[in-house]
Amino acid sequence: MDNIILTQILVTPLVGALLIALLPDRRKLSAGVALTFALLTFFFTLHLPAHFNDVHPGFGGAPAFSFVQDIPWISSPNIHYHVGIDGLSLWLVVLTGLLAPVGVLASWKTIKTRSKVFYSLFLVQQTAMLGVFVSLDLMLYYGFWELSLVPMAILIAMYGRGNGPAAALRFFLYTFIPSAPLLVAILWFYAKTGSFNFATLQAAILSGDIPGRPLAWAALAFLLAFAVKVPVLGLHGWLADTFSEAPVAMAMVVAGKLGLYSLIRFHVGLFPVQARHAAPYLVALAAIGILYGALLALVQKDFWKLLAYGTMSSLSFCTLGIYGFTIAGLDGSVFQTLNEGVIGAALFVLLGVLYDRFGTSKIESYGGLAKKTPALATLFVITSLAMIGLPMLNGFVGEFLVLSSTFTGVSKGWAAAATVGVILSAAYMLSLVQKVFYGPLSDGLTLDSGRDLDFREQLVVWPLAILMLVMGLTPNFWLTGIETGLQQAAGYPAIRSMMLSNPSSFVVVSQQVVHKGGKQ
Amino acid sequence: MNTVPDLGLYRILPEVVLTLTGVLVMLLDAALPPASTRRGLGWVSAFGVMAALWASLWQLSLPSGTAFYNTVQTDAFSVFFHVLICGIVLVALLLSLDALPADQHHRGEFFALMVFGAVGMCLMTSAVELLVVFIALEISSISTYILAGYRKHTGKGPEAAIKYFLLGSFATGFFLYGVAMIFGATGRTQINDIATYIPLAQSHSLVLIAFALLMVGVLFKVSAAPFHVWTPDVYEGAPSPVVALMSTAPKAAAFALLIRLLYGCFPILQPMWTPLMWAVAVLSMTVGNLAALRQQNVKRMLAYSSIAHAGYLLAAFAGLGTSGIAAASFYIAAYAAMNVGIFAVVSVVSGYEETLPLIADFRGLIYRAPLLGSLLLFFLISLIGIPFTGGFFGKFYSFSTALGGGAVWLAVIGLLNSGVAAAYYLKLAVTVAQPPTLETKTSPAPQIGVAVGAALAFSALATLLLGIAPGKILSAAQSAAQTFTTGLSSSAK
Repeated sequence: MDNIILTQILVTPLVGALLIALLPDRRKLSAGVALTFALLTFFFTLHLPAHFNDVHPGFGGAPAFSFVQDIPWISSPNIHYHVGIDGLSLWLVVLTGLLAPVGVLASWKTIKTRSKVFYSLFLVQQTAMLGVFVSLDLMLYYGFWELSLVPMAILIAMYGRGNGPAAALRFFLYTFIPSAPLLVAILWFYAKTGSFNFATLQAAILSGDIPGRPLAWAALAFLLAFAVKVPVLGLHGWLADTFSEAPVAMAMVVAGKLGLYSLIRFHVGLFPVQARHAAPYLVALAAIGILYGALLALVQKDFWKLLAYGTMSSLSFCTLGIYGFTIAGLDGSVFQTLNEGVIGAALFVLLGVLYDRFGTSKIESYGGLAKKTPALATLFVITSLAMIGLPMLNGFVGEFLVLSSTFTGVSKGWAAAATVGVILSAAYMLSLVQKVFYGPLSDGLTLDSGRDLDFREQLVVWPLAILMLVMGLTPNFWLTGIETGLQQAAGYPAIRSMMLSNPSSFVVVSQQVVHKGGKQ
Repeated sequence: MNTVPDLGLYRILPEVVLTLTGVLVMLLDAALPPASTRRGLGWVSAFGVMAALWASLWQLSLPSGTAFYNTVQTDAFSVFFHVLICGIVLVALLLSLDALPADQHHRGEFFALMVFGAVGMCLMTSAVELLVVFIALEISSISTYILAGYRKHTGKGPEAAIKYFLLGSFATGFFLYGVAMIFGATGRTQINDIATYIPLAQSHSLVLIAFALLMVGVLFKVSAAPFHVWTPDVYEGAPSPVVALMSTAPKAAAFALLIRLLYGCFPILQPMWTPLMWAVAVLSMTVGNLAALRQQNVKRMLAYSSIAHAGYLLAAFAGLGTSGIAAASFYIAAYAAMNVGIFAVVSVVSGYEETLPLIADFRGLIYRAPLLGSLLLFFLISLIGIPFTGGFFGKFYSFSTALGGGAVWLAVIGLLNSGVAAAYYLKLAVTVAQPPTLETKTSPAPQIGVAVGAALAFSALATLLLGIAPGKILSAAQSAAQTFTTGLSSSAK
């Protein structure tokens, strides 16, 4: 079971997609099948943390992956079907599994036409994303990486709210063009080493046999491809349009985790030295990105756009944590990546509900909804507070780890700037809450019945909200797994020496978190 | 006949089968009452091509060697391309069976011409004597000239045919000139002999001129820039099933010829022609992609895209040794599968008379005809080069060969080009996925007959298989490439 579980996880959504494609095009039927297979996938992903072999190699231990399956796929070039996970990818896989049924339920009523196309592509997208997290062969990884663009682009084009095709085109080109140099770099490594295997490449790069200058270019190619997908400031041109146009189930997974995971695994993990060189620039970009995103979010009149810039701001915390090169910062960014997945999903679902009920994303058209829709308002407030980083909720842990490690280990100036971003995030989120849910009831809204969340919608959001609380209260449970993975992914001599010289070790900081969290 | 060696006819068995099929179709066409439908003749042709395909595969069991006084050679290389060309012609025939209107004049001849064209193309890949190559080139060209102008009543049909004919004749003229020059320089017309006699040539410049002239002829046929200007007009004017054929099969044959010439005839000039091929590759992909961005007509866009694909393919020639040949051969197969497929879809959607020629006319196709729309998206995804499709592995092998040969910049330019290409493929893909509006021109939902269905299924399956299990085809391409090891090793100094 253990050696095929990842394959099972990858194949299940694909089987679902195929089944939907073969069955007749009835809305309930397609959605039901999709939900079944999404739940099944989620169920399988839960096997991973339950049976995760806690190999604690500690510093200097050989990178070890669990649930590994390695089958030669194509002999020349030497491409393997090689999958496996470690602590870094463990919770990301589970998160992806969790968001699959959430996505189906969120689309249950909103997808009214061509549901067959929607749900089969939705499930293909799940396979592609899961594949990105579990691939240990660079070619296989690249395959899933590219595959993840296709259903996304098609669904944005088909279900866009106003100008879907343009948004789809922009999204696709923004992410596809930088992946061309990525492919060149991967192929170049293959020409040098004769392997696409992650561990082999890592060893080859570490051994110093590969000339430095081309290596720097290759590192840059990797960085660029992933940074677009996060997105890092300057490469975020696709984000606002995509958030406004993409169907809720797709938008909630488009930003963040794929790019951030890839940055840690394949940029920091493969090119520790080059990543270190790039770090000052990325820290600066991240800190400015936090401020820039927050300031833009503050002035948005459209809540999708507000969410887009807010997301960019909170994702920049992750980038900041990664390139601060402290273990606490890395922990914090992975944790924050998970947070962003949960919080972003909840926000997308809730805003999607508003959009469906009232048909507009203009913030000014809303007002005083709290009286009519108390459940919606409650959940929205909880989620907003998590996003702002209120202690006891999950957003706090991630942001705190990143900020404190940046302050002690990287730069006081950038840490201060990023902290201003936290304050600004409170400003834009709370003013959104205030404008939408409080104040006088808006004229336009009285016409509509203004239903509160129904059972299905509550079923989607409540688990996410509870998860926010649980993650906020028990950060150590999650961080232990993450940390073993990080020590593997980033625990190579170049970083290790630098990290050991760094006073802010993980244990100290995470205890501080729990302490402070409990106090407030 | 007694002077012919025993294996003689077996060496050209596919060509013989195809010729007999063509003649039979012509005779039956004359014998049938004028009013009767010629549909049966299409099936006869299709079965003939299938028999030729089988015959080519059977040739694998023969020891590789030459026949007819060293003029034709059967080896793994020729078999690879025979099978490919027969496969393409088969799909094109199945496509034409349903696409040609029932009252089309000269319907029987149409099928016969396709089969005769296949004779020429097949012979091009197995001929190793330049005059036989020239004859094969002419057989294939003349059939395609006629087929290109088959819609005589339209303005664009004859225009396409005349343009193609005039420019094509020029190109073959150049080729023939080159043959004469190389004969003057070496006293030989046999490809393998020429390689050995070039170092002994009195005039080195004569060899270079001959090489240049031969290249002009062949690069015209593969529509590589700067010899590409005929492509969009001809593709626009010719009927779609014909374009499905002529954008792939003659190109495959011409690429086979190019490989034979470069690696079999001029391996000694490799230091010179490698940068030349790089330049042509970069030029083709850039010109093709940039021009395709501005097209509104689907067939013109695909014409420029085919120019760009010729460029991606030529990048493989930067590779060292036989890996370049294998990569190029694989790319041709992948390109053929997806390109035939997409023209098959365009043929069904636009109709023979092309009532819906523009990209905008494809709006909402996936709602109108879900199957055709999905297939179109699939072929576009493959043309973009997304993994798990044939197009991806084609590019993959081509550029990794280029990288192996040290041409990093070529690979970077090539893959950035494929990013640009994604823009126009996506323009069509997004249009297909958009809900139709009231202004969208619609025709009655296209009917998919048995023959067209088989053609679509065949090309889609081939594209998919090349993307998820490329191993078999690649090893076939590699053993095809092994044919040239002798030529290369003798020139390695």
